[in-house]
Amino acid sequence: MASTSTTTNPWQTVGLTQSEYERIIQKLGRTPNLLELNLFGVMWSEHCSYKNSRALFHHFPTKNEYVLQGPGENAGIVDIGDRQAIAFKIESHNHPSALEPYQGAATGVGGIIRDIFAMGARPIALLNSLRFGNLENKRTQYLLDGVVAGIAGYGNCMGIPTVGGEVFFAPDYQENPLVNAMCVGLVDHSRIQKAVAGEAGNDIIYVGASTGRDGIGGASFASEELTEESESQRSAVQVGDPFMEKLLLEACLSLLEEDYVIGLQDLGAAGLTSSCSETASKGSSGIALELSKVPQREEGMNPTEIMISESQERMLIIAKAGKEKEIAAYFERWGLHAVKIGNTTTDGMLTMYHHGELVGEVPAKLLTNEAPVYERPYTRPDYIEKANKLDVTQLEEPDNYNHTLLNLLASPNICSRKWIYRQYDYQVRTNTIIHPGGDAALVRIEGTNKGIAISTDCNNRYCYLDPREGAKIAVAEGARNVVATGATPLAITDGLNFGNPEKADRYWQFRECILGISEACKVLNTPVISGNVSFYNETPTYAIPPTPIIGMTGLLKDMDKAITIGFKQEGDVILLIGDTKEEFGGSEYLAHHHGKVEGPVPSCDLMLEQKHQSYCLELIHHNWIHSAHDLSLGGFGVALVKCCIAGDLGANVTVKNKLRPSAFLFSETQSRFLVSLPEKHIDEALTLAQEQQIKVSVLGSVTANKDIILTYNDASCLSLSIEQAKISYEQTLDTFMN
Amino acid sequence: MSKKPKYGIVVFPGSNCDIDCWRALDQVLDADVTYLWHQDATFAQELDVIILPGGFSYGDYLRGGAIATFSPIMEAVKKHAKQGKLIMGICNGFQMLTEMGLLPGTLLKNKNLKFICDTVELVLQQTTSPFTNQYQEDQTISIPIAHGQGNYYVDDNTLHKMEANGQILFKYARNPNGSLSDIAGICNEQRTILGMMPHPERAVEEIIGGTDGALLFQSIANYMLNQN
Repeated sequence: MASTSTTTNPWQTVGLTQSEYERIIQKLGRTPNLLELNLFGVMWSEHCSYKNSRALFHHFPTKNEYVLQGPGENAGIVDIGDRQAIAFKIESHNHPSALEPYQGAATGVGGIIRDIFAMGARPIALLNSLRFGNLENKRTQYLLDGVVAGIAGYGNCMGIPTVGGEVFFAPDYQENPLVNAMCVGLVDHSRIQKAVAGEAGNDIIYVGASTGRDGIGGASFASEELTEESESQRSAVQVGDPFMEKLLLEACLSLLEEDYVIGLQDLGAAGLTSSCSETASKGSSGIALELSKVPQREEGMNPTEIMISESQERMLIIAKAGKEKEIAAYFERWGLHAVKIGNTTTDGMLTMYHHGELVGEVPAKLLTNEAPVYERPYTRPDYIEKANKLDVTQLEEPDNYNHTLLNLLASPNICSRKWIYRQYDYQVRTNTIIHPGGDAALVRIEGTNKGIAISTDCNNRYCYLDPREGAKIAVAEGARNVVATGATPLAITDGLNFGNPEKADRYWQFRECILGISEACKVLNTPVISGNVSFYNETPTYAIPPTPIIGMTGLLKDMDKAITIGFKQEGDVILLIGDTKEEFGGSEYLAHHHGKVEGPVPSCDLMLEQKHQSYCLELIHHNWIHSAHDLSLGGFGVALVKCCIAGDLGANVTVKNKLRPSAFLFSETQSRFLVSLPEKHIDEALTLAQEQQIKVSVLGSVTANKDIILTYNDASCLSLSIEQAKISYEQTLDTFMN
Repeated sequence: MSKKPKYGIVVFPGSNCDIDCWRALDQVLDADVTYLWHQDATFAQELDVIILPGGFSYGDYLRGGAIATFSPIMEAVKKHAKQGKLIMGICNGFQMLTEMGLLPGTLLKNKNLKFICDTVELVLQQTTSPFTNQYQEDQTISIPIAHGQGNYYVDDNTLHKMEANGQILFKYARNPNGSLSDIAGICNEQRTILGMMPHPERAVEEIIGGTDGALLFQSIANYMLNQN
């Protein structure tokens, strides 16, 4: 075995602490050699080990009647009936995208797609969730342009529709943009694959692109704060080849028609090291590799480089012994090679040979399950109290509601996202029933009348002001979006983006968000089945706001019941589900019109939320309503205009209410829907609301004249044309980006 | 006796819309359809229409459609063309047809240099071709587009000839990509080879954005019926 080369501080060279290094020596019973130390460096990085987050995951509910596979695999899986299931997961690629927006975002998409087909599922939809600094900033524009092009470049080439997402602009993301990508795949119950090594003697087969020096140490890089030196780490950003991945996808899925495969695993962060040690740990077996067999695209790569490279578009297949030739034939059809690089063993070790010489040997579980776990100290940050003292009586009433509303519609956080989603092929595979631009996307399950509703949500302003309440709202809003299409929420995946967990105030934010998500998921029966944690999203001076992105899925059993946000028919009654309170805290109106980011944020009563959602679903399933839209950013005013624009129909609304007009128009009170229904069903809808003790208000009717009119307490409040509203709503991104 | 047209859809590495075409023809339009593999040198003589589908064949390396033209199956496709049988190139398939010289002109990057996915209005220019005989003259139809290189270009002389021959079948009502003369879809002089950037196969069901594309396939069926 190669001898150990010891420098004064060997742990620092691989990004570990002294106590972690001592833990390795104690558990291993000897000093690790340089290769082995590097394996620990990447596997015990935050990115791979979740060492700073794992201790809190037990709070998450992870089961309900739909869950087939909870956290711990490449993706979670839920049942959708008829022996079919969907696999889904969200993942971040924040650090790479900050340095190299196109490739960072593209390889983020590539990675999450591999996680899905590693489960045996065919990817059927992509979504994303993006955060940037102020849109006026040139660098923001450069990053947005590159990130969107990267997502488009990868997803479009793969032929997987990018059907939805969200984007938010706020100054605290200036140097730490967030790029989270979500993928949903379809799989028959009988075809579900797991990343396990299985019994001894199975073959380890390497497929896909060859291994180069790109992305060396990417996992460790992602586990540090960004500094000026980060620019010099561009080599830690990988380059994506979606064409290669498309071939890999088709070849892997066709191989699953046969009974050769024991386990499938993608080579993501920490490359061969993580995929081998994780599959071995899960199967309670070992893996022995001959590293010289690994296809290499560069000369003279050493064992460490081969083991930790993060070259893209590679997969490992754990296959029944003796099927190497048959498997290779599947890959040759797609012009790819499949190479046996090792086999499974019984000793629980990850053993590495290079040209026959033993170069490293580590217990697989020591790299994975036995990585350190830290429950960090936490303290409530000082800003929380100061930022939650909004005195609403100090807020002057706008003098012209038309102008205020039009300005809000043009706000970068509310305006139309068409400039973005026009670059994504959201139609390919011809199953996209509800396109980007609505509340949730709706994708048909091929050959059935079922649909899957999907959304990504997080109001980071709420999460900054009140992480617990903000996280609850993110889950509630995700569920509400899915419900507004007619679908029943199933489960979530979460993309948890935070600052440095070693700082007590950041860890407090993280913990509060975990508790908020857990509480909401329990009440709404949407367990957490997969997810990702991205820490260290901060610069030496500031951190991003807590940003727990919720990827929500829902099932619509009968697609004929699907509804969209746009008003459909002249004369339909406009009905508001839920009460409106003067809750300006954290609202877009407060930020955009008054220039304040202050709380308290709107309260989130989860029992009420649940009641309102099930009422809305009942209305939809009775076929009583023609449209439904969730009220979120910008409140009732923005929601009303969006329903009008989407349906190209006007609205005549009359309200009598004790609130001042701005509160009714722009407050972001939770648990509300705006629906429209034909007059013949209004009595039934009202009776049902009364039975269930749900507050609903009849507000007016849909009109053909394309004007949006609101009379508030007998005075004219809003009067604008759809054309005017469209100009404000549709031009912002074009203006900045073209 | 009615004769259903028999379609063959070529699958290249990187094709994406092969499956969309298959579904439109098999499940919605009740046509006979089969997949063809790019490495096969021949296909059944009985096939009436060959579809070169959309996607990113060979990752669009070099240029969209450029490498696919060297696939073994393309010799058989050329033979099919020589026999005066029908060929449809949609999106990436249109790019292949111009690369092979079966259709004039070329497809440049979109004017805004970005991929564009949208549903756009097309105006019918010719309603006597095998591909458009079920449309009305000057009819405006809604068909999805999804491409990064759909900006059609051809030299002036050829353009005039194409106009005189009635080879321009579809124009954009509002030009999305900078195409010369708003051109969205063309055919060869014999009107047996169609190339178009928009995706008719994505517009055959009400629930996914309308049925205006179905008339194109019905035009082919009608043409085949009158052939025999």
